[in-house]
Amino acid sequence: MISSTPTRTESQAPASTLSLLAYLLAGTFFGVVLVKSEAASWYRIQEMFHFQSFHMYGLIGSAVLTGMLTTGLLRHFRARSLDGQAIKIQHKAPGLPRYVFGGLTFGLGWGLAGVCPGPIFTLLGSGIWAMLIVLLFALIGTWLYGVLRNRLPH
Amino acid sequence: MTFFFSAWPWYISGPLIGLMVPLLLLLGNKTFGISANLRHACAILLPKNVKPSFFRYDWRGEKWNLMFAGGLILGGLLAGLIFANPEPTRLSAGAIGSLQDLGVRLSPGLVPPELLDLRRPVVWLILSLSGLLVGFGTRYGGGCTSGHAITGLSTLQFPSLVATVSFFAGGILSANILLPLLLK
Repeated sequence: MISSTPTRTESQAPASTLSLLAYLLAGTFFGVVLVKSEAASWYRIQEMFHFQSFHMYGLIGSAVLTGMLTTGLLRHFRARSLDGQAIKIQHKAPGLPRYVFGGLTFGLGWGLAGVCPGPIFTLLGSGIWAMLIVLLFALIGTWLYGVLRNRLPH
Repeated sequence: MTFFFSAWPWYISGPLIGLMVPLLLLLGNKTFGISANLRHACAILLPKNVKPSFFRYDWRGEKWNLMFAGGLILGGLLAGLIFANPEPTRLSAGAIGSLQDLGVRLSPGLVPPELLDLRRPVVWLILSLSGLLVGFGTRYGGGCTSGHAITGLSTLQFPSLVATVSFFAGGILSANILLPLLLK
């Protein structure tokens, strides 16, 4: 049995317009950080995959460490989200082949144009129209997965 | 004022990236991730009669994620256009050397102009192949860099460790072998 998606939130009540605005702002903030951290820089991704600088490793490492500490704190204090729900961290679906093969495929694409999904949108916003080609083909790739999904090992 | 234009060091921007995980949990119990938007876009755009079952769900419940992606575009406009860094990326000497082998110059901006020159057929090939692999791989692997490498690793999930290691294995292969081969 293939679960529909490991990160899907079991949806609650539809988000209000105000909270949607909050997500827009959060996305804007993240987009700014993607540019200013140079995680959206093709040069930095190449440098990382050639092990020529500590920059990207420091960036990802300190991000993971911060995420670990802060989600640990949320758990410790049994924090609730703004809409009053108990905070729950979604678990990724079990399985191994999907993470190995899917991960490898993703990595091959990432190392070419130097973009993962976040920077596709951010670079588009910064006026790099050629990213429309990447986005279009990323949608085709997603659709292809939807078509072939039942024939792939998960 | 230079703070707005220049790049930020990793020890400032890394923790800011990590803060996205608790921020989205606090805002509405959302799991930080971006690539699911590609699935939502397919769910919205594909006509009903040719829509695989994978895209038949109520994407309206995931509007927050689409708004987040909209924000990413705005963030790019702000930081990459209005407050764009006039200086090129401060690469290591080793990385600058490797660029020459690829026939790419270190120019200001986030992507070298040589790789955006749509008069070159190889640029079309690189951009489309890259998009195809990223789109397929991210859904097959159930997440991208943000969902696995940031969210999954910081919440100690084993599948995300496997995915992140595989991301890097694929990236090392394509940056060191595939890309030089294509640009030759």
